Amino acid sequence: MRDASPAKTYALHIGVIALLFALNFVLPDYHQGLFARIMALAVFAMGYNLLFGYVGLLSLGHAMFFSAGLYGAGLTVHHLGWGVPEAFIAGVACGALLALVIGLLALRTTGVAFLIVTMMFAQVFYLLILYFAAWTGGDQGLVIQQAARVVSIGGASLDLTNPTVRYMSALAMFAIVLLITLAIVRSRFGRVLVAIRENEERTKMLGYDTGANKLAAVVASGAICAASGAAYALLFGYVGSSFAGVQYSILPLLWVLLGGAATTLGPLVGTLFMYYVTDITSGFTSAYLLIVGVALILLVLFFPKGILGSIRQRWLGWLP
Amino acid sequence: MADKNGFFDLSKTTLSRRTALKGIAAGAGLALAPGFVRYSQAQSSAPIKIGFQSHRTGIGAAYGRWYEKTSAAAVKAINGAGGISGRQVELVIEDDGTDPARGAEVVAKFAKQHKTDIVFGTLFSHVVIGSAPAAGENKIPYFVVSEGHHVASTKLNRYVFQPGITDVKSQIQSMAPWIAANAGKKVTQIFPDFAFGYDHRDYLPPALKAQGADVIAQIAIPPTESSFTKYFPQIPAETEVIYHVMVGPAVLTFVKELGEFYGSQRPQLFGFMDSLEATDINSPGLEFLDGSHFWEGSPRYAQADDSAAQKAYRAAVGIDDNGAAVGDPKDVSTASHMFGCWETLYVVKKAMEDAGYKGPEDRAKLVEATEALKEFAEGPEHPQGPKTFNGKIHQCFGIQNISKVEGGKLKVVHKTKIEDGLYEAEGDYTTQAL
Repeated sequence: MRDASPAKTYALHIGVIALLFALNFVLPDYHQGLFARIMALAVFAMGYNLLFGYVGLLSLGHAMFFSAGLYGAGLTVHHLGWGVPEAFIAGVACGALLALVIGLLALRTTGVAFLIVTMMFAQVFYLLILYFAAWTGGDQGLVIQQAARVVSIGGASLDLTNPTVRYMSALAMFAIVLLITLAIVRSRFGRVLVAIRENEERTKMLGYDTGANKLAAVVASGAICAASGAAYALLFGYVGSSFAGVQYSILPLLWVLLGGAATTLGPLVGTLFMYYVTDITSGFTSAYLLIVGVALILLVLFFPKGILGSIRQRWLGWLP
Repeated sequence: MADKNGFFDLSKTTLSRRTALKGIAAGAGLALAPGFVRYSQAQSSAPIKIGFQSHRTGIGAAYGRWYEKTSAAAVKAINGAGGISGRQVELVIEDDGTDPARGAEVVAKFAKQHKTDIVFGTLFSHVVIGSAPAAGENKIPYFVVSEGHHVASTKLNRYVFQPGITDVKSQIQSMAPWIAANAGKKVTQIFPDFAFGYDHRDYLPPALKAQGADVIAQIAIPPTESSFTKYFPQIPAETEVIYHVMVGPAVLTFVKELGEFYGSQRPQLFGFMDSLEATDINSPGLEFLDGSHFWEGSPRYAQADDSAAQKAYRAAVGIDDNGAAVGDPKDVSTASHMFGCWETLYVVKKAMEDAGYKGPEDRAKLVEATEALKEFAEGPEHPQGPKTFNGKIHQCFGIQNISKVEGGKLKVVHKTKIEDGLYEAEGDYTTQAL
């Protein structure tokens, strides 16, 4: 880890948060809404990046952690009438607990086997959502009514369906998770994770408990992804099984690869890039996925380490 | 003419500079007025923009293509007859990828970027349910053509309507009297193990019970299944009717394997046309369906007693007597559902004209005007048949067709009544704030 420029690093991250804050006041209505969605989903990508980028564990099952948060928050509001803060905490707790259980089982494998095992668990999770359709709404999903998406703090109430409140809520979560991720990767724990990625045997030999560290990373990653899912349910009012499908396990991988694996800001850049390429090209052709595919191939050819990864490699070596 | 105020006293004709300037200003205003009036007219005669949330890609693409064709034909017909309140109609199309998350984004894009007057045209239930919150938050009327029970369940919000196609609960309920009277009283259901199948699982048994018939077995098939033979031994031997609603590409395998299982000695078969929309009924493997019956929303094949309105509708949309695209017999339409686009657009026209709709500021009025609608007479605007509309649950009710497969075609053998599909309202959207 390069740690020569902590001041630059903090300035960059605070600057990005400040820029996103300022954008709320200048973005046109539609893009304000889109940015709120992108920030919420960038958190999903950040959670994925923690495991994939820093530990080197390639999972194809992270949709289950996102969905654990989504359903953990959504079902408690829908069926139990919980308030927004409690539901959000429930969502994160569901994701962390699921990650602990899955981590204990899946970390017995590595490499391709880890990928397959995580994918299988995610498929089980997806089918469970369909199986318990009476509670989950199955493949059609559930709507969380507007009235249930209001946070009461003291005498004031914050309506999450208000575009500015939604934007600021997404930004708050994004900023907190970004700073937590930064703190993790700069901490001793983060360095151990990178050491595991680079050479697990050597890390073991140096006396580190790699199993415990990997499990902690899976739980942290799962909890962050669940936070994204819980926020998505509460901010946008829909809970559905399509978020648990394999597509939502591939998407964070794509966003992270695009933005730059093992870079703290890469997940945001990748999510932003994919969203806007899709949004703009779909206005011109129904073959927009082809254009997205070509863009991805070009990026892999010319920026094999992703956008920020390549920038770090070529110009800004201090990027965390 | 002594006027004490001097208004008519022509002797006082001194013209001050200030008065002269006022006069020139007024004259200039009048001179410019025609231009201004023209501008006002341009504003009020700007096209009405309808955001069409289309399934161009994803699992719903076959439906999406035909929904677009039907909607384009309806818009052409409406514009040809003078538009809505004298304004032309313009469709703005966005692909939702048949994905609920993208669907919600598309609704927001229509409301905030394209600034369309309404959003229209969604079919797949999960996309409707995923998009409904965005419609409610943006306070933009959202007219779906989905046939799901979600709108009528009153679990969505006041901005979501389904006035052009009946919902699945009503359709299933309408089928029960005919099945019990004509096909048999011991029914085994085979359905996909997800929400579309659950509607049939939940609504058919009570409807049949009311007709003195029974569902004796329910066989749910997981959506991941590609071979079905192993499920067929679960069909009780005393079964008189197999009620099947398998959907997607697996339906061809399903029918073929069912045929191999039963041979020539089979129970009656009753299915929903959803299984075979956009699929040629004469595809290899479907021979086993000969003599079986299907629900159809609007008949795929031209019928001997088709009304003039039905014939005009088919010609306008561009489908031949076999329900395929004119000039391309392999391009089979989604006739059972797509008529809903045509009829919904005419409902929108009626509601906008009733509301005196001028622009997005009148969306609340449009919602109330739609809720006030009661019935739609059969005719060029509603070629599928007459309908009633329940403004409290935002859902229409209409007739259904039961068709028999005969000689590679579907022939309508029974038409249900509107009353067959009515049920108790489960809520009331009109109590929600606008």
